[in-house]
Amino acid sequence: MSAKTVYDKLWDSHLVKQNKDGSALIYIDRHILHEVTSPQAFEGLRIAGRLPWRLDTNLATPDHNISTDPLERAAGVAGIPDATSRIQVQTLDDNCDHFGIKEFKMNEMGQGIVHVMGPELGATMPGLTVVCGDSHTATHGALACLAHGIGTSEVEHVLASQTLVTQKMKNMRVTVEGTLGSGVTPKDVVLAIIAKIGTAGGNGHAIEFSGAVFRDMSIEGRMTVCNMAIEAGARVGLVAVDEKTVDYCRGRKFMPADKMFDKAAAYWRTLVTDKDAVFDTEVVLNGNDIAPQVSWGTSPEMVVPVTANIPRVEDQTDPVKRSGVERALEYMGLEGGTPISAVAVDRVFIGSCTNSRIEDMRAAAAIVKGHTVSTTVKQALVVPGSQMVKEQAEAEGLDAIFTQAGLDWREPGCSMCLAMNADKLGVGEHCASTSNRNFEGRQGNGGRTHLMSPAMAAAAAITGHIVDVREFVGEQS
Amino acid sequence: MRAFTQHQGVVGPMDRANVDTDMIIPKQFLKSIKRSGFGPNLFDELRYMDEGQPGQDCSQRPTNSEFPLNFPRFKGASILLARKNFGCGSSREHAPWALEDYGFRAVIAPSYADIFYNNCFKNGLLPVVLSEQQLDILFDEMSATEGYQLTIDLAEQKVVRPCGESFSFDIDEFRKDCLIKGLDEIGLTLQSAQVIKDYEKTREAEQPWVFGAIK
Repeated sequence: MSAKTVYDKLWDSHLVKQNKDGSALIYIDRHILHEVTSPQAFEGLRIAGRLPWRLDTNLATPDHNISTDPLERAAGVAGIPDATSRIQVQTLDDNCDHFGIKEFKMNEMGQGIVHVMGPELGATMPGLTVVCGDSHTATHGALACLAHGIGTSEVEHVLASQTLVTQKMKNMRVTVEGTLGSGVTPKDVVLAIIAKIGTAGGNGHAIEFSGAVFRDMSIEGRMTVCNMAIEAGARVGLVAVDEKTVDYCRGRKFMPADKMFDKAAAYWRTLVTDKDAVFDTEVVLNGNDIAPQVSWGTSPEMVVPVTANIPRVEDQTDPVKRSGVERALEYMGLEGGTPISAVAVDRVFIGSCTNSRIEDMRAAAAIVKGHTVSTTVKQALVVPGSQMVKEQAEAEGLDAIFTQAGLDWREPGCSMCLAMNADKLGVGEHCASTSNRNFEGRQGNGGRTHLMSPAMAAAAAITGHIVDVREFVGEQS
Repeated sequence: MRAFTQHQGVVGPMDRANVDTDMIIPKQFLKSIKRSGFGPNLFDELRYMDEGQPGQDCSQRPTNSEFPLNFPRFKGASILLARKNFGCGSSREHAPWALEDYGFRAVIAPSYADIFYNNCFKNGLLPVVLSEQQLDILFDEMSATEGYQLTIDLAEQKVVRPCGESFSFDIDEFRKDCLIKGLDEIGLTLQSAQVIKDYEKTREAEQPWVFGAIK
């Protein structure tokens, strides 16, 4: 038997049928649904007179369109101001009730951003295939799952058949050895990777993140990294199983218990890449060299260390890159050659499926504790990724630290990551954001996103401009 | 998906080239959470005198009496005669949804935009390709004959005219087979239902913790 990567093992164990044309039918173990990409899939089932293949694999929750404002939220679905959003959330509720799909409704304990909720409830387990109508589904790969986003017609296909017609990807390994410096987080690691390989670097590949930096990283940190695999062009990102993975799984709601857990864990421990396995593409970074990262432009590869200057058009030799830099600088209203740390921010957003877990909340709270949000910052939002994160943060008193410092403590949802709800940037506003995409208009028409870690965003809230968080870390130690 | 074997029906015209998907179903209707019910808004801008909005009762709207599909003689049309490059523009699947929901079972045109053509087969709508000359003949016969009907025989790959003569057309074997059996992509997969069930059985024996967890 030839040596296999984790991805090879996951693929092989889910292969139902290999077709002659190169496509394959793979089995789907977990299907997570939300309000935006599911309504037409459910209607497709109704029109065709089909039922879900099985129910115990599906899990739903609203996250994209819901209000994070506590007052609007308290008014329930009827309190969602935008009619289209309200109808989508109501339709998800109705469809889940009708078909008998397990849903955590908007204000129910368990609800959260799909990619925060799945792992924390133990619905995501090592060795599973996990799909969702959302491109950041690779997040679940942190638990050694084969996880990726799908389109609405595929949502219907999975509901009806528990399978997906797809093709095997190539294997890529991104190895980061060494040790991260103080103030350098998983978000900085993934931004540095994207800066190195580019937004198309992972096209057609499943990326395995490997090396000392990921071994030392918490499971939540690995989720942040896998979450942004799609920003490097890869639909799948994953990390092999180790004892941290097994420990993370223990005791969660949908996980097996007792002897069954031990049996499962024994299998999970086989989900590591064989010593002699060959990757189609290898990328290596040194963790010691990574500084806190900030995006300056309109693509997730337009990233610099916080200590660096914004790139200059005249320094770009490649004509395509040159015009890209020129356009991005114009959209962002920035001047090449100036320090990124000189950029003032109008709003701060700490949240999203990338960075809204309890460790992110703790990291941000540690920075803002005892400080006050700069008077030049119009709004600083902290949006926990789930009801469970919110409850835990409040139990630790983090909400009080945020509100005392002048940040808004919100209800769980996707919030300002994607401008599909009321949390948006105004035209020309700069935002220190812990989300995953800095495309033009992503956080609101004309809005200007700077991607960074929760600690960096918290520091920016206090100083009113992009700042090296290590100045704060130094201050605290 | 509804199977398509043989269909006889009233023929209606869309006598212009490059009819795009926005003309077939304007963008304001895309916000819908549905994939059915687009029929009343098919060709909305041409069909009505006012600007259509989602969720309206279209029966109360002023109709354009000069738009051919509004003519009483084309009422209940289920075969659309069209011109070249029908369905160009966006990839929206709402276009075949709207045509199908209106009651069309087939379109006959000299050529189609690729994505629209593909989308038709996913939704039980048959896009027939005939030559420009053959389309001219059909348009002429339709104009001259009130209640003009055609019969489309997919198995025989023929469009049969009232005079008894027919035009044959080409179609990919696989797509033809799927339409005749009423198999959409999901239907195709479900032909392997037993293979999927066998897989589940094996897997459940090996990894019982995977199943039955979410309830």
